[in-house]
Amino acid sequence: MFSLLKSTKKKATAKTSAPKIKMTGVCKSFGKKNVLQGVDLEIKKGESLVIIGGSGTGKSVTLKCILGLLVPEKGSIEIDGVDILKVKNHQREEINSKIGMLFQGAALFDSMSVWENVAFGLIQGQKMNKKKAKQIAIEKLAQVGLSADVANMYPADLSGGMKKRVGLARAIATNPEIIFFDEPTTGLDPIMSDVINDLIISCVKKLGATALTITHDMASARKIADKIAMLYEGKIIWTGTVKDIDKTDNPYVKQFIAGSAQGPIKMLIKEN
Amino acid sequence: MDFIRLIGRVFINFFEAAGRLGIFTLKAVYSCFTPPFYLKQFFIQFIEIGFYSLPVVALTTTFAGMVIALQTYTGFARVSAEGAVSMVVWIAVTRELAPVMAGLMVAGRIGAAMAAELGTMRVTEQIDALSTLSTNPFKYLISPRIVAGVLMMPVLVLIGDVLGICGGYLIGVYKLDFNATSYLINTWNFMQPMDVISGLVKAAVFGFIIALMGCYNGFNSKGGAQGVGAATTNAVVSSSILILIFNYIITEIFFQT
Repeated sequence: MFSLLKSTKKKATAKTSAPKIKMTGVCKSFGKKNVLQGVDLEIKKGESLVIIGGSGTGKSVTLKCILGLLVPEKGSIEIDGVDILKVKNHQREEINSKIGMLFQGAALFDSMSVWENVAFGLIQGQKMNKKKAKQIAIEKLAQVGLSADVANMYPADLSGGMKKRVGLARAIATNPEIIFFDEPTTGLDPIMSDVINDLIISCVKKLGATALTITHDMASARKIADKIAMLYEGKIIWTGTVKDIDKTDNPYVKQFIAGSAQGPIKMLIKEN
Repeated sequence: MDFIRLIGRVFINFFEAAGRLGIFTLKAVYSCFTPPFYLKQFFIQFIEIGFYSLPVVALTTTFAGMVIALQTYTGFARVSAEGAVSMVVWIAVTRELAPVMAGLMVAGRIGAAMAAELGTMRVTEQIDALSTLSTNPFKYLISPRIVAGVLMMPVLVLIGDVLGICGGYLIGVYKLDFNATSYLINTWNFMQPMDVISGLVKAAVFGFIIALMGCYNGFNSKGGAQGVGAATTNAVVSSSILILIFNYIITEIFFQT
C-alpha cells in the first residue's frame, strides 16, 4: 500500500516537473525559404516565456506550429508529454481546448457582438447554454476592464486597445492551461501597452496558466517574462531570465535590446 | 531548354492546383456528413442563398422566358411553325435557361460574397482564431455553405422554371396573340418530367460548384486587400466557367442520342 502511494507520488512529481511545451528540432520551410531551422524550446508549467526576435525571423511560424495551424517538416512538439504532430484530429481539438490565444490584430469575429466573441469557445467548444456563457463573458470582460455596456457592441465599434482587451477576454474565457500572445502590444500607444501588459500578467497569474508570448517590444518582454528566448534565423540563439538579458555577452541579443543598427544582425536593405 | 522548363512548370503548377482543390473538396464533402453540425450557420446560409437570391433569379428567368418566346416566334414564323413556340419555351427554360441563368447570377452574387467574407476572415486571422477556439473551420464555415448551395439552388431553379414559363406565356398571349387556352394545352402536352429533373440536377451541381469555388478561393486567399480581391474574381470566373462546362456534360449524360 505504502509503495503504491509512493509510486503515485513519484509519478505526480514527474508530471509537474515535465515541461508543459517542448519543441525539439522543429524545421519549417516555405518553398525554398527555410524559416525554422531546428527550434528547441522548453516551457515549464506556469512559466511565462517570451520569444523575442526581429520581423521575419519565424516567431509567428513557431506559434502557428504549436497551434497546429502549420505542420513542420521535421522535429517534434510535445504538449503535456503528447507529441501533437502524431495525434489524430479529434485529439488535436482536445489539446487545442487547453489553449487560448490572443492574436496580433485581435481577430474578433466581426459578424458577432462582443459577448458572443468572448463566449464563442464556451458555447461552441464546451456546449454551454447561452445565458450562462453570457454571464461568464461579462465577468471576463470586467476582468480586462471593460464594462457590461461593451458586451452588446460589435468589434467594428471598438478602438484598437479595446479590441485587444476583448481578444484577451476571449483567450481566457475557457480558463485555458496555456495562453499564447502574438505581439500583444503592437500598434498600441505606450500607456495602453502597459495596461495590456498588466492585464496579461494578472490574467495569467489568476489562471496559473503557462504563457508563451512573441514580441519585439522589449519593454513588454521585460515586464511579462519569467524567461526570454531569442529567435534568429530560425534557431533559438539565447535563453535566459529577464535579469540575465542585461548581463549577456551574446552580440545578437545585445544589439537587439539596444535597438542598434550596428552589429551582427544585418537587416536586408538593398544597397546601391 | 527554357521552353521545355516552362512547359514543365506549367504542368507542375496545374497538377499542384488540381491536387490542392481535390483535397479541399474531399475535406469539404467529408465535413458535410460528420458532426458537429452548426445548425444556426446552416440556417443563415439557407436564407442568404435561397431567400436573398430570389429577386435576381426571378427577374432573370422571367425575362429569359419572355425573350425566348419572342425570338423563337420570329424564327418559326418564317417556316409557319408558330405553334411550336410554347414547346420551345418549355424545353429552353426548364433544361437550360433557368439553371444556367440562375447559376451564373448566384455565382456572381453568392460566390463573390463567400470568397470576400472568407478571404477577409483569413487575412484577419479569424479562421485561425476559430481553430484555437476548438471549432473546426471546415465544419463551421464550409459545410453550411456547401449544403445550402446544393439544396437551395434546385429550389431557386424550380421557381425560375415557373416564372420563365409564365414570361413566355405573357409574351405569347399578350404580344404574339396566341390563344391562351391552346398555348397552355400545347405546353401541357409537351411537358416531360425529365426536362425539369435534368434542370434540377444541374442546379444542385451548380450550387455545389458555386459554394466550393467561393469557399476554396476565400479560404486560401493571401496578402491583404489585393488577395481578397483576387480571390473574389477567381471565385466568380472559375465557377462561371465550370457551370458552363458542367452544363454541357450533364446535358450530354441526360439527353445523349
